[in-house]
Amino acid sequence: MTAELGHFALALALGLALLQATLPLYGAARARPALMELARHTAIGQFILVAIAFGALARAYVMSDFSVAAVAQNSHSLKPLLYRMTGVWGNHEGSLLLWLLILTLFGAMVAMFGGSLRKAFQARVLAVQAMIGTGFLAFTLLTSNPFARVWPPPLDGAGLNPLLQDPGLAFHPPLLYFGYVGLSVAFSFAVAALIEGRVDRAWARWVRPWTLAAWAGLTAGIALGSWWAYYELGWGGFWFWDPVENASFMPWLAATALLHSAIAAERREALRSWTVLLAIVAFSLSLLGAFLVRSGVLTSVHAFATDPERGVFILLLLGIATGGALALYAWRAPAVGTGVPFRPVSREGALLLNNLVLVTACATVLLGTLYPLFLDALDAGKVSVGPPYFAATFVPLVAPALVAMAVGPMLAWKRGDLAGALGRLWLAALGAALAAGAALAYGETLAALGLAAAAWIGLGALVEWGERLRLGRAPVEEVRRRARSMPRGAWGAGLAHLGVAVVVAGITASQCFQSELILAMKPGDSARIAGYEIRFDGVSRIQGPNYRADRATLSVLDDGAPLAVLGPERRFYPVERQHTTEAAIRTTFLADLYAVIGEDDAQAGRTVRLYHNPLVPWIWIGAIVMALGALLSLSDRRLRLAVPARRRRQPATA
Amino acid sequence: MTRLAAVAGLLLALASAPALAALDASEMLADPALEARARALAKGLRCVVCQNQSIDDSAADLARDLRQSLRERLLAGDSDEEALAYLTHRYGDYVLLEPPLKPATWILWFAPAGFAAVALLLAVRYFRRRE
Repeated sequence: MTAELGHFALALALGLALLQATLPLYGAARARPALMELARHTAIGQFILVAIAFGALARAYVMSDFSVAAVAQNSHSLKPLLYRMTGVWGNHEGSLLLWLLILTLFGAMVAMFGGSLRKAFQARVLAVQAMIGTGFLAFTLLTSNPFARVWPPPLDGAGLNPLLQDPGLAFHPPLLYFGYVGLSVAFSFAVAALIEGRVDRAWARWVRPWTLAAWAGLTAGIALGSWWAYYELGWGGFWFWDPVENASFMPWLAATALLHSAIAAERREALRSWTVLLAIVAFSLSLLGAFLVRSGVLTSVHAFATDPERGVFILLLLGIATGGALALYAWRAPAVGTGVPFRPVSREGALLLNNLVLVTACATVLLGTLYPLFLDALDAGKVSVGPPYFAATFVPLVAPALVAMAVGPMLAWKRGDLAGALGRLWLAALGAALAAGAALAYGETLAALGLAAAAWIGLGALVEWGERLRLGRAPVEEVRRRARSMPRGAWGAGLAHLGVAVVVAGITASQCFQSELILAMKPGDSARIAGYEIRFDGVSRIQGPNYRADRATLSVLDDGAPLAVLGPERRFYPVERQHTTEAAIRTTFLADLYAVIGEDDAQAGRTVRLYHNPLVPWIWIGAIVMALGALLSLSDRRLRLAVPARRRRQPATA
Repeated sequence: MTRLAAVAGLLLALASAPALAALDASEMLADPALEARARALAKGLRCVVCQNQSIDDSAADLARDLRQSLRERLLAGDSDEEALAYLTHRYGDYVLLEPPLKPATWILWFAPAGFAAVALLLAVRYFRRRE
């Protein structure tokens, strides 16, 4: 019964979305307040209805109602409660419902917190948001009904892919979708602005917080996914340039560009139409990602061609949303205007450089991801575009942005002083030189470049804070006063840049200084890696809630003294008939000691893979720091959602 | 055509492939220098039935077969190029994770530099027009 209730709620939500996509637009064009007002109520109503549907599906999973097809195919009564819950979005149908839930949540938030927007503009934004909602609700109801029943219901479910039964991956989709779908708000704002032909500072100020929130979600979601790959897939890597990874990375690159150009648009009214274009592109790439992941086109172009229903539907959505928005852009962009001019060497110039680099890099990732598909579809041969291609193209393309990252924030708006900025960055230059020298002493040229970039960016962010606070040049009292009055946006931007430095250091060190040892071990055997002695004490059988496992006991010894015990596992999930490896990781935050076990061989012993990964935790720590930087900026009073109205009453002091 | 049939067969095999662990200690060559070469080559070769995994990382049966034939070639005295040529002859360029430069991949390899050039040109034009 609850399943039907959920289905019904979704259908009602589609009805509301259709109303919201049309009437408010008419109302805004004809200045009918009642029709404009309607959008706010339908937006909140849509969210409530989708939440009811989501709750109904979650209930079916938790109660193991196997008469619901999606539950029967993706769940099992023996699964722990947490994974029965997160299993809701561990498959196509349920994840679409999660996507809808977040989409309508954002719509409801625009309705609730958008009180200070002009009424006509808010109505248009919500109408565009409802068009997206209409598309996805129709997609769900027509091709991917999560509430379809099976009769007779099976005695038990087919289970969930054991790789997904993991806390890291359980919360990866909600964060990622928060990011993907958050970009829909920037898209709706862009389209609404194009309809009105008006982009001003208030518009940019409105777009920034939504983009910041979406970007923080994307950053955290991608980091969580890569962390999961690191500890779950069991070969010590963290990023594989897999098309599915690229599908989330492209919107991230575009959103990063948007974040920066929106600053120029808000503070200086520069790069106006470019910012609008980026908002359209960023969400379009989210849609493209959805298409790539959900259509089956990645497994094989031909698999997609044999069962194209879902793929074609998303492709249609993508075509209408992107094509429509771009056509509107081509028509209306001249009315929006490019914005206030500036010199190449200026803060705006640096933000533009950031944008050009990120867009170029994003286009390259797009090309590398789609190229094999195109070749295959054209019957022009099959090629693989793997990590070596991206290492050869992406890395050199983003390098200039890494160098410019420290300089940009030191430049003045409109016309900057490059020599002065570089002079004030002497400390960062010194740090970069020292880092490069240290790496060269180990004979690692690539590491020298990467670590120098990390030191340059990280110290650059600190120097920029120091400059703002007049640290070391003004009395302590004044520094304190300046620290208190420094806007959160400046703290957040510096923190995000610091996070990038930490990530760059982590990637560089783990790529260049990793040690690896693969060997067969018998109880009592020892091995040495990176100065540690690892003793293999044997393997025991353990029984988990829905799996059984071989767990090895590896003692980590430092000069004979026991330091830690690692317990890597090889699990077997009988329901899904699948093996997984569970890595055992001991981290000091400066390096990880990483162990996985493989097959047992009666004669040679058990295969053990040991890794020592220097600075690898910094990759995820850095990503968290970046996301925190975004959240800090989000809390800036200049951006706080209701502030523009309040600010007019109390003259700005900043 | 036979190659296509082989790939189709492999795709079918994928569905039933038991998940073994990746590179097993028993597969490794006794000569460390030769083994190091095999590892380096294996990291650049695609497990053709997997989604974007190298044969060094993959647990699929086919990846194990490829690892073995790669090591056999190296033991037989093949140079790196000869070993790669042997595998591309059997599986096509699809097996190389780094796509080779050939007419069909010119766009793939040269477009990124083109994107950067276009971006630079647009920026230059933007500033020229403003002056």
